[in-house]
Amino acid sequence: MTIRAIIGGAAGQGMDTLANTLARILAKHGYGVHASRDYMSRIRGGHNFSMIRAETSTPWSHTDTCNLLVCLDEQSYDVHLCALEPDGVFVYDPDQFQPSDQTQGVPLRMAALARESGGSIMANTVALGGCLALLDLPTEQAEAFLLEAFSDKEGVGEQNVQALRAGFSSIQRDPIVQDHPNPSTEAHIFLEGNQALGMSAAASGCTFFTAYPMTPATGVMTYLASVQGEGVIVEQAEDEIAAINATLGASYSGARAMTATSGGGFSLMVEGLSLAGMTETPAVIILAMRPGPATGFPTRTDQGDLAFVLGAGHGEFPRAVLSATRLEDAFYRLNKAFELADRFQIPVIFLSDQHFADTARTIPPYDFSALRTDRHLADESVQRPYARYRIGADGCSPRAVPGQLPGEVVLADSDEHDERGFIVEDAATRRAMMDKRMGKHNALRRFMEEPTYEGPESPDTLLVGWGSSYGSLREAREVLTNQGISVGHLHFADIWPLPTEKLDGLLPTAKKTFCVEANYGGQFANLVRQQTGHSFDHNVLRYDGRPFTSAYIVEEVKPHV
Amino acid sequence: MSNPFLHETDIPAWCPGCGNFAIREVLAEALAELELEPHQVLMCSGIGQAAKMPHYIRVNGFNGLHGRALPVALGTRAANPHLTCIVQSGDGDTYGEGGNHFLHNIRRNPNIAHFVHNNQVYGLTKGQASPTSDPGMRTAVQTDGVTSTPFNPLSLALTVGAGFVARGFSGARDHLREIMMAAIRFPGYALVDILQPCVSFNKMNTFAWYKERAEPIGPEHDVTSLEAARTLADKWGDHIPIGILYHVERPTFEDHILSRSVPSDPLVPFVPTTKAHLQDAFRI
Repeated sequence: MTIRAIIGGAAGQGMDTLANTLARILAKHGYGVHASRDYMSRIRGGHNFSMIRAETSTPWSHTDTCNLLVCLDEQSYDVHLCALEPDGVFVYDPDQFQPSDQTQGVPLRMAALARESGGSIMANTVALGGCLALLDLPTEQAEAFLLEAFSDKEGVGEQNVQALRAGFSSIQRDPIVQDHPNPSTEAHIFLEGNQALGMSAAASGCTFFTAYPMTPATGVMTYLASVQGEGVIVEQAEDEIAAINATLGASYSGARAMTATSGGGFSLMVEGLSLAGMTETPAVIILAMRPGPATGFPTRTDQGDLAFVLGAGHGEFPRAVLSATRLEDAFYRLNKAFELADRFQIPVIFLSDQHFADTARTIPPYDFSALRTDRHLADESVQRPYARYRIGADGCSPRAVPGQLPGEVVLADSDEHDERGFIVEDAATRRAMMDKRMGKHNALRRFMEEPTYEGPESPDTLLVGWGSSYGSLREAREVLTNQGISVGHLHFADIWPLPTEKLDGLLPTAKKTFCVEANYGGQFANLVRQQTGHSFDHNVLRYDGRPFTSAYIVEEVKPHV
Repeated sequence: MSNPFLHETDIPAWCPGCGNFAIREVLAEALAELELEPHQVLMCSGIGQAAKMPHYIRVNGFNGLHGRALPVALGTRAANPHLTCIVQSGDGDTYGEGGNHFLHNIRRNPNIAHFVHNNQVYGLTKGQASPTSDPGMRTAVQTDGVTSTPFNPLSLALTVGAGFVARGFSGARDHLREIMMAAIRFPGYALVDILQPCVSFNKMNTFAWYKERAEPIGPEHDVTSLEAARTLADKWGDHIPIGILYHVERPTFEDHILSRSVPSDPLVPFVPTTKAHLQDAFRI
């Protein structure tokens, strides 16, 4: 009842459609599904693949091996045969290539059957039919998906149904799975990280989003653009400098505003980040990390921008840094980013990465009533004459928006300024304003959530991670626990200001401590040492652009425990 | 009679004789004559002498970063299109550091009146060449004189598709006030390049230099003719036309966004559960 599929092909072969449809069909049949993508930075050709893992309950990560390998081209066979488990099968097109070892092979004349159904472009649909037969699943659900997907193109849906059935009925061997989970009675949704973040923004009352397209963050903009009728205005910026400045302009004028980018685009935003700090303008910036430096690996994953975002921007100003750990949490965590930005009138950086952005899972529906939308704006009772930077509790001034108070104006300034927003040069005002702004940092600490902890009260071995590695670390802890090792897993979503209570309790007492992160320098471990004085015994690092798997972590940890 | 847009107590930190004084007063007159109130006007600026204007005109102001006034202004248009939006910036700010934003906001056509104080020199950094400096101008950096071709903002704006293109002169106050009022009234992006002397650093293009050359465009000019506008925009030297070169409306940024959705009032509480149907698209 465990399906581990790899679907490989060249860009342009319709692999995403095939993988997405198969994943949804598995979910419809009661499986918990985890689907991730590995793709190259090109529009046509190359080698891309999707990994689908389906089990009784939703898996937390992908695996390195598979029991079903779908080869839309020969390269997929060459690359992934080594990942095929002994009892698994691979599907290939005998008209395309002859595999050197056919013992686990299932021939399927994808191109020929597609042509007979109306066009070779439907080879992916033939492959889908073959997969359904091998997984002992009926075709009805897939037929409904196909008819709906092509409802605006006359006859194309019907041709795809024919291709699907042709692929299904040409499979000659027994299915590789014998039984399926009981269809779930509980509601589920199936979505990927960028969609969850986009939906969270729309449901958090974000009414203005602007960005310059950049992988892997673009999906947030694509999602929000698709729901513009819901009250969110989406504008593609000419560059990331414009994106951050327009975000601040909208926020200054009262909108909840957000932008999203990756490391290179964030580099261009850094001056604007500092402007948000000085003008005390709320802003939420999603940074979907990919490996750098420079253009790096455009379509792959990394956690190498942590140190960058902690120090980004000239001058000193308060900020918060939160991260996407898993779909179940990130929807609410991004809402918290808006809440912190509005409450403290600061920029909040939300760290995602390619792995989180492009990975889809089946999860329970979100509770929209749990989202917070308090804008922390001034009301009519605000002291007159109005002063945008009036010094108050926790460094936060009453924030009015332009036009709100007849007779009063709102003046925001990037120069050092007095309480009314006017340029000053004197030392006393500078000191007072720095103390006011930086005072937010300590107030902000109270709102930082301690990391989640799973494991025994006093573990021998402690694994610490942050961001999107939650799932693979969770599974790694289960594997190690089953091997008799006393192991705990501490995982951070809120990163800055760093919550330190659980670190102080667990780090000094565990016998072996590991910090697990996807970068070269051990940036989070360095942050922990800087903030707590505690060091880790080992860094488990990954900087090849590929996401952690539980097997990778276990392999790195085992020799030391 | 006191003007509600002028702070009575603050004395602008400009050099005596600077063209900015006249531009400030004329702008205050224009806003008053349009019967606006300070809280109904929003002014964005970058960095430079011109960009200090939000401190000297009493309106809502966002004095941001060098070159970045336009994107900030664009954001304000999306959040609250009911305010009157003005961008105040210099030649270096707009045509140098902010060149990309200048291009693309002309294309977007947000309802912004953009007043560019063009003194053909960098004042705040003490006298380097600006994108509009005339060839041959010697500075501490351009030691052999400016060799780059001067940037022609009016020609460029017309080429990229601006609907309102004008040139003013700080020494022709009544004329400038009329242009400013027309620019503020214009629905869409309105560029007003305002010639002004820099008494401290531009010894070539002095007040007298501009005064001798600035010639108001006559009533015979057809402001709807792109060809006629281009001809005027290309004139420079002994005769510099001032006035409205081009005035043709086209759909605005606000028209597009308002056709998709209405910006919500930040003062009205937002209810997240009204968006719960969004996840229906992902239901299994």
